[in-house]
Amino acid sequence: MAAPLVVLRNLTVDFANGERLSRAVDIAEFDIGVGEAVGVVGESGSGKSVTWLAALGLLPTKASVGGSVRIDGQELVGAPASTLERIRGKRIAMIFQDPSSCLNPVHRIGWQLGEALGLHRGLVGAAAQAEALRLLDQVGIADARRRLQDYPHQLSGGLNQRVMIAMALAGQPDLLVADEPTTALDATIQAQILVLLRTIRRDTGMALVLISHDLGVVAENVDRVAVMYAGRLVEEAMGADLFGAARHPYTQGLLAALPALTGPRQRLTAIPGTVPDPGSVPTGCRFAPRCPVAEPRCTRQPPPSRRIGLLHRASCHLQVEAGRSVWALPQAAE
Amino acid sequence: MTALLKAIDLRREYRVHTGRGPFAGKAILRAVDGVSFEIEAGRTLGLVGESGCGKSTTGKLALGLIAPTSGSVHYRGVAMPAAGSTPWRELRRKMQMVYQDPLGALDRRLPVGVQIMEPLVIHGSLPPDEHRARARTVMEAVGLLPHQFDRYPHELSGGQRQRVVLARALMTEPNLLVCDEPISALDVSIQAQVVNLLLDLQDRLGIAYLFISHDLRVVRQVSHDVAVMYLGRIVEQGEAESLFAQPAHPYTRALVSAIPVTGGGPRRERLLLQGDPPSPVDVPAGCAFHPRCPFAVTQCRSERPSLEALPDGRQVACHRVNEPALRVAA
Repeated sequence: MAAPLVVLRNLTVDFANGERLSRAVDIAEFDIGVGEAVGVVGESGSGKSVTWLAALGLLPTKASVGGSVRIDGQELVGAPASTLERIRGKRIAMIFQDPSSCLNPVHRIGWQLGEALGLHRGLVGAAAQAEALRLLDQVGIADARRRLQDYPHQLSGGLNQRVMIAMALAGQPDLLVADEPTTALDATIQAQILVLLRTIRRDTGMALVLISHDLGVVAENVDRVAVMYAGRLVEEAMGADLFGAARHPYTQGLLAALPALTGPRQRLTAIPGTVPDPGSVPTGCRFAPRCPVAEPRCTRQPPPSRRIGLLHRASCHLQVEAGRSVWALPQAAE
Repeated sequence: MTALLKAIDLRREYRVHTGRGPFAGKAILRAVDGVSFEIEAGRTLGLVGESGCGKSTTGKLALGLIAPTSGSVHYRGVAMPAAGSTPWRELRRKMQMVYQDPLGALDRRLPVGVQIMEPLVIHGSLPPDEHRARARTVMEAVGLLPHQFDRYPHELSGGQRQRVVLARALMTEPNLLVCDEPISALDVSIQAQVVNLLLDLQDRLGIAYLFISHDLRVVRQVSHDVAVMYLGRIVEQGEAESLFAQPAHPYTRALVSAIPVTGGGPRRERLLLQGDPPSPVDVPAGCAFHPRCPFAVTQCRSERPSLEALPDGRQVACHRVNEPALRVAA
């Protein structure tokens, strides 16, 4: 296999909370291949966004980042600002949930695109103008020439997200990190944006990290899925494997909590309890307090990350059989 | 049998300015434009649609929280009294509302137990010394622990706060709950807890729900009937399972096809809409959906389709719904 594009090793993020440190992210090993689309799924507070903010040095100073994140061998953690500035936007671009709050309300779309093009590609004047038009065209904005003169408030949420994607593409990045790119959008607009991301990936060959709390959004749009819980990776697999044969009780629970779209309606399986507070995560397996099959050792030692199949890893002491949900067992009854 | 709640041709218009300053043009925004529905006791009507389609306004009209421009709401066959009047207050005991954001719906400076008892204080339906006992019963019914009575909202998790909001709504033993996106602000694993709770409460207490949500999976899970709204009008209405299995209106088909699937199963129809929903100030003539509809013909641009019943009881507002060729073409 070719060398991966991005390599994460022992990445930790700690937030100072008064005297105490609370660990928001603790990832032992995670790679992204060249041109690969990876989905990161997790609930709020699982560290799925913080991981990438930490990698790009975008966290406030009260957060301390440890471990290593390398892109093509270049270390990002602890790198000087000048290095990071050449990486951000140029090699790794990021788009966020709420496009209207990421665009500058007092500048025209064209000006903002021009700024990104000047910064990353050194384009100015007519060349920048032409490239901005091409980018808007690439993200499917009709009547691009007129849109360049518009302010963000004149565009709908879906159009603003397209502009954000165009700005992210301005640096021709190797990796696009899309943090909940469709959560603020309506269902029919969400479908449009996801198709757009797929088309762009096909045309440019860039890698994509799609962060979402919605398993469905991730399932349809990536090759590989990583599930995070309370700052740790709990399961990692090819998309089809994860949804067909999830092994970690948390992943199985997330899948069972999703109402079906076809077939008879059955009572949903609800995972009891709530996500632990980052300041007081359980020792051992962080999912143990909510897990129906937790054993004494689960509360004592953190589970090892075990290889289960081809490109399939799960962090669980128990070897849950494929195709058997722990939530269907009698001890999972509410 | 008379329906618990019946809405007839509800309309709500707002006067808006189309620009800034004193000389800006004026326009009329039709938030809800001729919506009729019935909810039977103990049943759930799901109301789906994208943002700005008027589903929340419909929910507020149903409770009389805002007055309709025209049309009427009947509760057990009796017309809804004017908002703020004594009979309306009396009626509101039987109809409560649950909002999306539980933290916004709670007072951060009061223990949740006090807030749960507040409806009884307002409606004065029980002697004060029984309030606490009633609150404890209801808290248990929604899965809250007795010691949480003295907690403040910030000390509870999102799911627990939504249970508090539900408990407060249940204190006056309502027959109808209007739930406006009750689980959208919650995490996936917590959503399932609240959905199960809503269904259990309906089983035990026979409450009817008007369930407003943009999440079609959840709506299918909780609803007996579903109404799909687009730009202030109901475009399709019918029994929940069949509506999602065989959506008839092109907009419903697009909505259903936009839900991502997890795992295997047959590939479903793909109907990707172009463009954004138009502004409700400037609703297209004819069928409001025609600029985004892949099947629109001349008639759709000029003539507004009305909601017609199909042989199986489904109601659809579309000129071309009976053309079999459209079922496959997409």
